[in-house]
Amino acid sequence: MAQKVLDALKAAHGAAVDRTASAHTDEIAWIKRDQLLAVATWLKNDAAMLFDAPVFCTAIDWIDYRPLDRPPSEFWSEDKPRFTVAYQLRSSKHRHRIRIEIELPEADPKLPSLAGLWPAFNWQERETFDMYGIRFDGHPDLRRIYLYEEFVGYPLRKDYPKEKRQPLVRRDDLPMNPIKVAPMEHK
Amino acid sequence: MGVEITTTRLEDAAKWAKQSTLEKATNWGRKFSLFSYPFVTACCGMEFMSVAGPKYDLARFGAEFPRFSPRQSDLLMVVGTVTEKQGPAVKRVFDQMAEPKWVIAFGVCASTGGFYQNYHTMPGVDQVIPVDVYIPGCPPRPEQVLDALILLMDRIQSGRGHSQLRDKREQLIASASSDEG
Repeated sequence: MAQKVLDALKAAHGAAVDRTASAHTDEIAWIKRDQLLAVATWLKNDAAMLFDAPVFCTAIDWIDYRPLDRPPSEFWSEDKPRFTVAYQLRSSKHRHRIRIEIELPEADPKLPSLAGLWPAFNWQERETFDMYGIRFDGHPDLRRIYLYEEFVGYPLRKDYPKEKRQPLVRRDDLPMNPIKVAPMEHK
Repeated sequence: MGVEITTTRLEDAAKWAKQSTLEKATNWGRKFSLFSYPFVTACCGMEFMSVAGPKYDLARFGAEFPRFSPRQSDLLMVVGTVTEKQGPAVKRVFDQMAEPKWVIAFGVCASTGGFYQNYHTMPGVDQVIPVDVYIPGCPPRPEQVLDALILLMDRIQSGRGHSQLRDKREQLIASASSDEG
């Protein structure tokens, strides 16, 4: 559907594009993170692109991702970086869309913020930071958006324990002399 | 050494169940004039509206209209999922209510956390405040809510609400220590 967007992107910023793919009428381009800002600025301002509508920003945690039915391919390998940050963009004028993905290693989950280009990404990047701990350089106000400041860790990372609770308050009126249970005698 | 008061002992329960005529009359009045504060957080609120509406008509049982100030209410209805982030707010609302006060956990989420088992949902509002009656259901039928309300009224009449039991306990401790002195 928008293969011409991918072709134009590769023609204009061939060095920045890692690889591209098309799946289910969605066009995806993997961008190197040090050139993300240049690519995004071009996508927003170029007359043939005009991506004026930011759709979403999120992240994917690929820890222990091993598809059972597929051999190693361009989509995954043993040394695949742990995180992927995805931005979905849409152009209301040209009616095309593109998803740009940036792969980030576990040790350094950091990339330039796009909140300056599309203000709607401000809160979405805060949410991504809140849930996955991805740092967005140059974000105007990067702090937790859903969870409380006392929260430790990033709950949507796949290694966050499911049962772990971080309560803010608990009851203080529980019985002072609780039920005393005599130990059972075994015969 | 004063009397050891444990809520689980039968003789204590019998002693606590004894009510003077004045207490009986007061509790009779209390049970027919419940002023509820709906702490509505989620989809159970729809079912709360239907039970408060004319068809099922909660007002028949004296819980006439919801008050939206905790200081004017004595029945806290926690309707829906409570998150850990909301914990301080629930506790604050409960602390602001006038004594004696009762709490109904409306729906499984407020009772136990329901099908949520994750980082953000409180596993039952009784982690933060004492709950008198739990209503299961996702959401509960209006009949279940009315049943719970009647159960609560029964409990209020016999003086077995959480805040009533606590008052009684404090009175017994005070009288026991004054007997010694």
